[in-house]
Formats: sequence, C-alpha cells, structure tokens
Amino acid sequence: MSDSANTSEADATRVDHGGQSSHGSPRFYVAIWAALVCLTALTVTAASWDLGWIAILVVLAIAATKSILVLLGFMHLWWEDKLVIQLLIPIVLVTLTIFIGLTYTDILYR
Amino acid sequence: MSNAANPPGDASAPRSPSSSAAPHSSDVSHSPHSTAVHDDRGRLGMWLFVSTEILLFGGLFLLYSAYRWRHHADFHAASMLLDRVFGTTNTIVLITSSLFVVLSIHWLRERRLGLAKLFLGLTLLCGLTFLVIKGFEWGHKFESGLYPNAPHLLSLPFGEILYFGLYFSMTGLHAIHVIAGMTVFGFVFRGMSKGTVTAERPIFLENVGLFWHLVDIIWIFLFPLFYLIS
Repeated sequence: MSDSANTSEADATRVDHGGQSSHGSPRFYVAIWAALVCLTALTVTAASWDLGWIAILVVLAIAATKSILVLLGFMHLWWEDKLVIQLLIPIVLVTLTIFIGLTYTDILYR
Repeated sequence: MSNAANPPGDASAPRSPSSSAAPHSSDVSHSPHSTAVHDDRGRLGMWLFVSTEILLFGGLFLLYSAYRWRHHADFHAASMLLDRVFGTTNTIVLITSSLFVVLSIHWLRERRLGLAKLFLGLTLLCGLTFLVIKGFEWGHKFESGLYPNAPHLLSLPFGEILYFGLYFSMTGLHAIHVIAGMTVFGFVFRGMSKGTVTAERPIFLENVGLFWHLVDIIWIFLFPLFYLIS
C-alpha cells in the first residue's frame, strides 16, 4: 500500500506525454475534487450577491471552469494523444454555439 | 507509443512474428499492440457518444435559455420554490462520485483490484444517494401540487409552468442517465470480479467512467441554472 502510494505521488510531479496510460495520481485527483467543491461553494455564495445582469455570466463562467476541470483532469483529456478525440469537444462546442447564436438572432430581432 | 496502454510490467505478451501472421489471431487480449489499438477505438466511440449527449442536453439548455429570456421574473420566482440545500448536497455527492470513479480506474491500473472495487462500490453508493435525495425533492414538489399538469401548477403564471416543465424533464432525463450509469457500473463490477475488466483491459471501466463524468458535467450546469436564479 505505502509503496504504490509513494510511486504514484512521484508520478504526480512527472510531466508525461507518453499516451493514454499516463494519468494523474490520487493526490492530483483529490486536488481537482477540492477545486470543484470550492467552485460549487463560490457559485452558491455568488447567487446571493446582487450582480444584476452579470450574474448569469458569473454562473456560466464558474460552470464552464468546473467542466474544464472535469474534462481535463477526470476524463483524462489532458493526457489524450489522439488528435480526433482532442478535437471532438471543441467541434461540439462550436456546433452548439452556432445553434445558440442562430436561435438568439431569431429571438432578439423577431 | 502504440502499446502505451499496457503497463511496463506486462511481460506475458508474445512478440513472435508467427502470432501476428496467424490467421486465427482473433484473440487480441495477449497482444499489447492490438489491445492498444482496440482501446483507442473504444475510447473514440465513447467520446463520440459523449458528444451526442452534449448536443442532446445542449438543445434542452437552449430551450431553457430562450424561455428564461422571455419569462425572467417567473423563472426567478419558480426557482425560489426549489430547495438549495438539496441541490447543493447533490452537487457535492455527484462530484465526489466522479472522484471515486477516477480513483477506481487508477487503482485498477495499479493492479490493486480490491481498492478499485471498493471505489467503484463507493461510486454506486454516491449514485444511490443522489437518486434518494432527488426522490425526496420530487416527492416534496408533488405533495405541494407541483407536478406536470397538476391543477395547482397550471394556475401559476405561464413562465413558472414552463420552468417546472423544463425542471422535471431535464432533471428527469439526467436522473435516467444516473440510473443507466449505475446499471452499467454494476456490469463493470461483475467484470472486475470475473477477471474480464483488468489492468490490461480497463477500457470498460474507463468508458463508463467517461459517461459518468459527462453526467456530472450536465449536473454542474443544471444545478446553478435551476436552483440559483438571482
């Protein structure tokens, strides 16, 4: 137990681009988890601030940051070496942005 | 690089040319090269599925944002009827379950099957906790006359009816995803016990893990958009 824990802690400091098998250490994952919990606390706290129309931007920015942490840290996109998979999420986001943009040009100027 | 999916300690892999030339080399589990290629394909397939799921929920989020734009005051009033404590607790539960999945994958790759199974079990426990809290929440809403097509709900302003329609369909669809993820995790757990999900072939666990993290990300957006409208 202590042996494998030590080696995986050593892995945390190593920057590895070797492929799919390289991944974070338990300490790294717990750090991501702690960041996600802190951002959840922040978004709940921010809901009671009077920010006006900026509030929705704050909410979305925090949610986007949390998603990026999950995608890179938990879903291992940070270590992904296949270009196709690296590009998938950006392609999906661009598609969604086009949908949303076109819909809003309709809603706002109808 | 192509056999990166295999840990360096795996010495059992036959490398003789005869095995790769053999016509009946359908059993890929002993060849690190074939396994790695197979894993890449499986991972790509899962990411494609994840992409379609993002577009599915993206459409619903677009609908939500258009209605919220039109009926902002009603959406705010309706969101006040939700319990933020339930929502926040469930957010933490789901984030924690995501951590447990990734730890399960880590320990499986480190060949510590017991720990991998322990963390997968904890993930299932978190998923169950999420559903129980969700059930209580929906139960409270139903008791106070807030369910689709309820007489009380239909007497509310139009925007609030829309809000609860979206609330029930989006959190409901999300809950179905949680149930689906837990079901398949059950099969992964059995695979670990039977030896079909191993350090050499962790792709089943990894792919269901990807799905589970996606469900987590969807909730990351659902939570502030439904519970925290200021």
